[in-house]
Amino acid sequence: MISFGLLRTIPISLEQGLAYGLVALGIVITFRILAFPDLTVDGSFPLGAAVVSRLIMEGVSPIYGIIMAVLCGFLAGCCTGFLNTKLKINSLLAGILMMTMLYSVNLRIMGRSNIQLLTVNTILTPLENLDVNRFIPIITFFFITVFAVKFLTDMFFNTQLGFAMRATGDNEQMIRTLGVNTDHMTILGIGISNAFVALSGALVAQDQGFSDVGMGIGMIVAGLASIIIGEALFGKRTVRRMTLAAIVGSIMYKLIISLGLRLGLAPTDLKMATGVMVILALGIPALKKEKEGKLHLRGV
Amino acid sequence: MIRLEKVTKTFSKGTIDEKTAINGLSLHVRKGDFITVIGSNGAGKTTFLNLISGTFRPDDGVIFIDGSDVTHLPEHKRARYLGRIFQDPLMGTASSMTIEENLAMADLRGSPRGLKWGVTKALREHYRHTLSILELGLETRLKDTVSLLSGGQRQSMTLLMVTLSLPKLLLLDEHTAALDPKTAQKVMDLTKKIVEKNNLTTIMVTHNMQQAIRYGNRMIMLHEGGIQFDIEGEEKSALTVEGVVRRFGAELKDEALLV
Repeated sequence: MISFGLLRTIPISLEQGLAYGLVALGIVITFRILAFPDLTVDGSFPLGAAVVSRLIMEGVSPIYGIIMAVLCGFLAGCCTGFLNTKLKINSLLAGILMMTMLYSVNLRIMGRSNIQLLTVNTILTPLENLDVNRFIPIITFFFITVFAVKFLTDMFFNTQLGFAMRATGDNEQMIRTLGVNTDHMTILGIGISNAFVALSGALVAQDQGFSDVGMGIGMIVAGLASIIIGEALFGKRTVRRMTLAAIVGSIMYKLIISLGLRLGLAPTDLKMATGVMVILALGIPALKKEKEGKLHLRGV
Repeated sequence: MIRLEKVTKTFSKGTIDEKTAINGLSLHVRKGDFITVIGSNGAGKTTFLNLISGTFRPDDGVIFIDGSDVTHLPEHKRARYLGRIFQDPLMGTASSMTIEENLAMADLRGSPRGLKWGVTKALREHYRHTLSILELGLETRLKDTVSLLSGGQRQSMTLLMVTLSLPKLLLLDEHTAALDPKTAQKVMDLTKKIVEKNNLTTIMVTHNMQQAIRYGNRMIMLHEGGIQFDIEGEEKSALTVEGVVRRFGAELKDEALLV
């Protein structure tokens, strides 16, 4: 009985893990590469969902809606970067401010607190109409999308500009003396990160058939949990490994969560469970008195 | 080449902690000068370097590099003129990035960075060749992250990175102070070699009087934010630690300087 149930959770976890994997990829750029603890994510995820839902309801094509969602996420991230680098607002506070303000923005965009997309055509509709098990084309779609984003990210961080961005998170003073405007790198990096997150929000909304203003709550913590799980498997020596860890970690995270649900964890307790997971992962090394914790962050 | 005119910098102005770190300092650095800078703690040595590199701007006075006024140019825009090496070996390199990636970043000092590959095959060969000058075996470890290197290796690499795209002025901020004596000597030898070979204009702040006397063609001593003395040529080569102490002992309260 149980093993049958377990098997059934695998395709769902794959689908969701891949879809949310874009959030984890975004968080890798801010928390890991830029060492910037960006909390905008909880607002930019529903932002992506809100923009795409509203545009689809207005009769715009889903592709165009997704592009707009990504652009909006990028701008939201840039705003957080601007608050931090130009207005000198603490990085955590800058993210919290944007996240809070985006709540209003998202309500404005949607015009109400949620939009239902089950009866309209989304980017996934053609795939769902195929004469095969729904999971096959949907998982394939998310797999291709997420890995395409991963490879583009890996490529970017091996360019001259990508080097400068990595160095901004690693040794800001050094790369500044080499002539890089680290403020611009920070703003651009947070923008790209939130563009990924908004893309995830836009795709998840179409996958689950609705968008809700509260769908971003706890997104950071879930993303961090994914990254931590992934890094336990792959390490974080290179960018390529970090991005792979984020995606696989996201799938593992969804798998663990759905297993937990099957074993009797109440859905209402999910965020508590996720939080405890992150606290343990970050806290245990500190208790063991390891030299440094898992997160090294700037501007906190 | 580099001119500072009546430069002043005061910290915490208007508060009880007000401190004038540099007070009306003027200095003309000629092309090819290798100037050593000494001074006790609080004399303004670090502020002096920070003003030249643009970490912060002076309250008063002007700074020229090659005839152009850079007083209000931010740090990252002065990069093409300046190379700077810090006391802390960790500061000159990005530790999570590889040796070749660090060299590639230094290679582009002050130039715009685009979406071209950061390291190409040709560049890699070039770096391998350049690294072999250090004789530290780093040329076989291009893909190792810098965090695996020792302090001396990192500082040597930082020096080499400066030479990849030669700056007009090299600033050395007690760059051997955090190393053990043997490694410090090696890094100093390498410094001398690189400075002489490229005829680099250099300002070296040091806590070590012997070093200050032994290297360079010119030596200045900072005291209370101004230049206490500025000697060069034969007068400098005739200097001894005892001689300096006899003349300026009163201002040299800092014991570390006398070692």
